[in-house]
Amino acid sequence: MQVLANLKYSSTDEWVKMDGNVATIGITDYAQSQLSDIVYVEIKVSEGEKIEKNSPLATLESVKAAADVNAPIGGKVVAANDGLGQTPEMVNSDPFGAAWMVKLEISNPAELDSLMDAAAYEKYCEGRGH
Amino acid sequence: MFTPHTDSEREAMLRTIGAGSIEDLFIDIPAAYRFPKLNLPPVLSEMEALAEAEDLAGANESARDLICFLGAGAYNHYVPAAVDALIRRGEFATSYTPYQPEVSQGTLQAIFEFQSLVAALTGMEVSNASHYDGATSAAEAAVMAYHHFREKRTRFVLSQAVHPQFRQVVRTYMQGYAGLEFTGDEPTVDPLATPDSLTKLIDSNTALVMVQYPDFLGRIFDLTALASAVHAAGSLLCVAINPTALALLKTPGEYGADIVVGEGQPLGIPLSFGGPYLGLFATRKELVRKISGRIVGESVDGQGRRGYVLTLTAREQHIRREKATSNICTNQGLMALAACIYLSLLGKKGLRQVADLCYQNAHYAAAQIAAIPGFKVYSDAPFFHEFVVCCPQPVEEINTHLLDHEILGGYDLGQAYPSLKDHMLVAVTEMNSRQDIDYLVEALKEVAHD
Amino acid sequence: MTEPTIYEMSSPGREGVTYPLADVPYTPLPEGFERATLPLPELAEVDVVRHFTHLSRLNYSIDGGFYPLGSCTMKYNPKINEETARLPGFAFSHPLQPVETVQGNLALMYQLQEWLKEISGFAAVSLQPAAGAQGEFTGVMIIRAYHKWRGDAGRVKMIIPDSAHGTNPATSAMSGMQVVSIPTDVNGNLDMEAFKSLCGADIAGIMITNPNTLGLFDQHILEVIEAVHDCGGLVYGDGANLNALLGICRPGDLGFDVMHFNLHKTFSTPHGGGGPGSGPVGVARHLVEFLPGPIVKISEEGTDEIPPLYGWTMPEKSIGRVKSFAGQFGMLVRAYTYINMHGPEGLRKVSEYAVLNANYLLARLRDTYHVPYDRTCMHEFVVEGRWEGSPVRALDVSKRLMDYNFHPPTNYFPLIVHEALMIEPTETESKQTLDEFVDAMVKIAGEAHDQPELLQQAPHITPVGRLDEVKTARELVLCCAIPNQ
Repeated sequence: MQVLANLKYSSTDEWVKMDGNVATIGITDYAQSQLSDIVYVEIKVSEGEKIEKNSPLATLESVKAAADVNAPIGGKVVAANDGLGQTPEMVNSDPFGAAWMVKLEISNPAELDSLMDAAAYEKYCEGRGH
Repeated sequence: MFTPHTDSEREAMLRTIGAGSIEDLFIDIPAAYRFPKLNLPPVLSEMEALAEAEDLAGANESARDLICFLGAGAYNHYVPAAVDALIRRGEFATSYTPYQPEVSQGTLQAIFEFQSLVAALTGMEVSNASHYDGATSAAEAAVMAYHHFREKRTRFVLSQAVHPQFRQVVRTYMQGYAGLEFTGDEPTVDPLATPDSLTKLIDSNTALVMVQYPDFLGRIFDLTALASAVHAAGSLLCVAINPTALALLKTPGEYGADIVVGEGQPLGIPLSFGGPYLGLFATRKELVRKISGRIVGESVDGQGRRGYVLTLTAREQHIRREKATSNICTNQGLMALAACIYLSLLGKKGLRQVADLCYQNAHYAAAQIAAIPGFKVYSDAPFFHEFVVCCPQPVEEINTHLLDHEILGGYDLGQAYPSLKDHMLVAVTEMNSRQDIDYLVEALKEVAHD
Repeated sequence: MTEPTIYEMSSPGREGVTYPLADVPYTPLPEGFERATLPLPELAEVDVVRHFTHLSRLNYSIDGGFYPLGSCTMKYNPKINEETARLPGFAFSHPLQPVETVQGNLALMYQLQEWLKEISGFAAVSLQPAAGAQGEFTGVMIIRAYHKWRGDAGRVKMIIPDSAHGTNPATSAMSGMQVVSIPTDVNGNLDMEAFKSLCGADIAGIMITNPNTLGLFDQHILEVIEAVHDCGGLVYGDGANLNALLGICRPGDLGFDVMHFNLHKTFSTPHGGGGPGSGPVGVARHLVEFLPGPIVKISEEGTDEIPPLYGWTMPEKSIGRVKSFAGQFGMLVRAYTYINMHGPEGLRKVSEYAVLNANYLLARLRDTYHVPYDRTCMHEFVVEGRWEGSPVRALDVSKRLMDYNFHPPTNYFPLIVHEALMIEPTETESKQTLDEFVDAMVKIAGEAHDQPELLQQAPHITPVGRLDEVKTARELVLCCAIPNQ
């Protein structure tokens, strides 16, 4: 299982990468491996939309499961990776890179404090087993 | 009979379980309510049960006994013998939903072929494995449109010429969603209005516009202008069809329909007093993941052999639970199989022949009835195999008279449209010979003379 | 060998059925409405009959063998049902005929309504719902309508045990309810503490399957019903497992407010490869006026010589119509025939033997398969398809059963059991069949340790092996390639 050091993580397996006040959001390697082969991605937000923390950003489907990706923090959508719908397998092969889902201009940086750092997330995943 | 244990087998099984008696297995049932005495008639043998059913069936006068001119959503067509011979096979009839594809390839391939035939007939790209009936397909279309726009568009425009029961079921299905608006079919709307009259009702809050083709009154309208108006507003167009008519007519796909629904009963399914029937549901490929209900896809096994499997299952209730957009967990399996066999048997030529006979016979009947003094046939708009007749007396009285002549008269439109009191909807199919039609006309002439 | 599709078999010019020529004057189609091509296949009758006969042979079926699919009640479907449903008076009657001409149909439906009331202890039944899921939807909409009618609009939550079928939460969501899930306790009953903490003024009701999907009759059922009623909620009974209760107890007597029946499970109408089903709904007295309709009533009482006159009625505060016409009539005829051929003692025997068979299998499999909730079961039970030290999973056990000519049990349900195998033998299976099944299951458990790859690669004897579901979902080939015509 891969966990990147410089990211923040939610307990529902989203990762957040901060660049200035823009947060890039995707799902973790742990999450993609739990879902197994992703066959469908639908990004449910579009540019300009204001998003609250915990509201749905995307839906993922594998052949055996479906999962919602929720916003770990609130903000305004500045980019949505709609192309992912055509290449859902990227979520399995490159969860931290090409399979980013949404970029948000964050509204409340304090919300970041509730997220885990890499070490805490790694421990959290180990605790859940399989 | 149907429970094969002998006394000694039962005792042996109880010993293995370690129970003294069968009653001991029910100790978790609250004692006060255990083993109620059921007041039901005593058991019948198979021959007695059949005789009793024959008595009940014999108390009906069916379309076998009467000359049937009644349609209004259920049609009296000929079903070739091979259809029933095949769907009766226990391998089809007594199998379950194909969850285990390795032992369900028969059902799965048949559904795949059914989807192909429905797509071909409607001019759409994809079909699901079917819904319960035409009305529930229509309701699922409305629910799909609602979720397609992420619950943000709340207006649903329903043409008053969509089958009244379809519209009722749409409303029943959607009463749990807050703040929806249904328009287009208010009692004040003229039932004879054309689809283009709906254009003014379509706005940017409209999720779905639903029309019927041919409509409930049998009429055929060009849907081009309506489709443009619907799409200009970013809404979805749903067309409820009669599958027989589509053997002749330009498809909803050609008009740009987004969703096609329909009652599949005309495709080899007996009238059977209203069910089981078959809900047709087809759409554009782009919308396929929004469809509710089962969908079969082509697949391949580890040895490269072609096979079929239920696909896109992560949309469904057993995975999504409260996040699923529908609770449906079956299709109308055996009825979809019947339609698949019917369409395969009739094929390109046969289905067209049936549709043409319906069309020709209906137009002959309309012309003959129009010539009877006192009767008026609405024929301004083109029609397929049903048409509206304005009668000189209440339809119920005419139908009573027709029954005396062993004729099952048309549908009393006044039941659904108060402004169409004394109007009858007459349906004519390949089952009505010229002789039948002439006989109907003679019987109606007697009414005119009364 | 792969069976070609009907499109691959098509030969231009072939005809399967011919029709008489039109004998009326010709009317041309209206200008601009004719479709250009009709891309349907062209086959002779014999081609079609052989094709679908070949396809039928690729299916497993109850007529072919044992089908212990938990929660699906795959009992034998008597052949006489197929005869009665096809009697011309039934099969050729039109749903909109004047009631005077369909008194036989209406009498049958009225009688079936009455019988289902008697079997379940409810005050009224609507036969309209098309399937179990639609029956559930009907029931929840009735609960919703009842609270709304009483002006009790704050009841928006539906309590659903974590062992429930997915249809229960999906139905509640469709009906505008919020789903509150509650856990199952160690004995397989509802966790009473969690449950009682939820009961309050925002509870619309509870959806409860009893016996539940573990095959266990909830030992606190009366307490649960009382608590829901005390907080103003209603109790929905999922009738999926009614096959355990015929003549054993009546849900209406226990205090359930509404329940759907599955005629395709309990009352032997064939599953048809996924339908048609039939899901009538029964309700207690206070909900009668909310039922969907039309329902059959007696319009004029009969005498000793003259039968009553039957007619339609729409309940006063009905939730509306849930499908066209009055129900899956052909299925009603089959269920009617089935009840007629059992009588009260026969129906009780159905449930007694369904429960006997399940407990017998449980007793014989207990030493080989771990049983997570092990007590006297009702008509079904759940074991785990996994063993310490073996890589084999429940799915592999299921696939391997096919090699022994058995249909697998239900996999991975209920969700609260790891690697669940849910086994429901039904009453129509003999001791010999059950013993053969046990032998196969025990053998497979041995193979799971000695030759796990044999299971992981199973099935070996079916027309196709395990299919690539990922590729299917990504590529989405949903129709035959249709030749351009």
